[in-house]
Amino acid sequence: MSSVMEPGGEAPAARKAVRLYTPPATLAGKLWGWRYLVLRRTVQIGVLLMFFGTLHWGWQIAGTPLLRGNLSASEFVGVIPMADPFAVLQQLVSGHMLQTTVLLGAAILLVFYVVAGRVFCGWVCPMNMVTDLAGWLRSKLKLNDLFRLSRSTRYWILGMALVLSAVLGVAAFEWVSPISMLHRELIYGVGMGLTAAVGIFVFDLLILKHGWCGHLCPLGAFYGLLGKRALLRVRFDERSCTHCGECARVCPEPQVLNLKQAAEHGMVTAGACTNCARCIPICPENSLDFALRWNAQPAADLRTRTQP
Amino acid sequence: MEPKRREFLIKTVQGAAVAACGGLVWAHLLRQEAAASVLALRPPGALAERDFAAACIKCGQCAQACPYDTLRMARAEDDTPIGTPYFVPRDIPCYMCADIPCIPACPTGALDPQLKDISKARMGLAVIDAESCLSWQGLRCEVCYRVCPVKGTAITIQNHPRQTSKHALFVPIVHSQACTGCGMCEEACPTEVAAIRVLNPKLVQGKIGSHYRLGWKSETPITQEFKPQESPPAAVSEPAAPKSAPGMDTLNQGLDP
Repeated sequence: MSSVMEPGGEAPAARKAVRLYTPPATLAGKLWGWRYLVLRRTVQIGVLLMFFGTLHWGWQIAGTPLLRGNLSASEFVGVIPMADPFAVLQQLVSGHMLQTTVLLGAAILLVFYVVAGRVFCGWVCPMNMVTDLAGWLRSKLKLNDLFRLSRSTRYWILGMALVLSAVLGVAAFEWVSPISMLHRELIYGVGMGLTAAVGIFVFDLLILKHGWCGHLCPLGAFYGLLGKRALLRVRFDERSCTHCGECARVCPEPQVLNLKQAAEHGMVTAGACTNCARCIPICPENSLDFALRWNAQPAADLRTRTQP
Repeated sequence: MEPKRREFLIKTVQGAAVAACGGLVWAHLLRQEAAASVLALRPPGALAERDFAAACIKCGQCAQACPYDTLRMARAEDDTPIGTPYFVPRDIPCYMCADIPCIPACPTGALDPQLKDISKARMGLAVIDAESCLSWQGLRCEVCYRVCPVKGTAITIQNHPRQTSKHALFVPIVHSQACTGCGMCEEACPTEVAAIRVLNPKLVQGKIGSHYRLGWKSETPITQEFKPQESPPAAVSEPAAPKSAPGMDTLNQGLDP
């Protein structure tokens, strides 16, 4: 978070007075402030419901099951296959050639997440609701971290998942993935797999802030790598920013809000950004919004200033 | 050594140690999971266990395609690798649909699309516990034989002498070359705990070994040593056939007037 507070070498006179976020008084204002949160939860629960409804309530479109399968692999209205590209990668690394259906499904989602960035984590993953709850409760209880852990741990776990897949001949992370366990058991029947979600909740709440999603999860790390050049980005308007730091306070991956870097590119560039949009409504100056990569322009005056 | 370089080396070794420990625990978990595979009965067309473990993405589309809700997705506490499809025949057996809808539902090929004839499926092998089988006790039960969808081939009824009694036993016998492992017999078995059960053939099936020659079986190939000689030995002159059947003269003795 310290990086956010860096003055960045600008002349103090160029800065406006810092104004912190004040929650809106009216209900309509509050709802508007929560618009992305409501949208995210709607998408998350909607995806879950489509899977659940297709299995248990026979949801169909023109006589074809709406969304069959689960997040690992699925089929939308009997024609569009989808598959978790990380799970498929592990399977391929394990030395097994798969059928074209699942390869096509993985390719479809691969392209989607390359374009949209790491949106899986904040918009689809059911574990996000668990970790968000833990994070919210932790902020209310004002708990401290038990230890520090590098945020790059997840990339090592990602690497190890591929190594173990190759050595043992099975998809190493997919076999023990708490995300898959949670999602599968929510759809196909609740069992002891939910203890994995409880474990992550406790870990995030009591031990390490954003512990699972921000430090350990190799699936999030994978999507973070895919999303490095994503087209959908959080645009940053350097001219109106007062560096109040409210955005970094709510961000689950605050290291991505390196405002100096963001000002240079006119957007948040790090792949680890989940495009969750927590930062957008909280910004008192409306300096942040969604934009496509090519619509984000570095501030002209800044470009001259940052040149050595 | 330069302190910075020393620190870097120590950090590297420590990192490698953590990775190795974590990797070992992780690998142990995976091995344990994989070991449970041998207890599971898989959907029709499932690849051999190692290939199936590698190919199944645990999406459950086979289970959704099953019209009888036979297939279940293993939960963490089940004796089956987490998330893989399996069935418990005593609850719901495989009803052997002719179109095998679970196979085209599989996106990865973990269920082999080459399987077109359900009677060629090998999901398991039915095994009979003679100690609790009613037929083996002498009752004319034979329920398993009657419900078997490959009746007369996978299960046959053979009679079997019962010690000194004049009544025979009529006992079901399973033939592994035809049993699909669908488990309809196990579901139907009237005993409290099924006397006929479907298991992974690996757990129950033996193998004779190629060096045994069952000479009395016509299909047993005859090896070189036992082949009859190419040229038969010099012809032994056949004894002349008796003019009348042997014994005729003695039997007819005294009948002549």
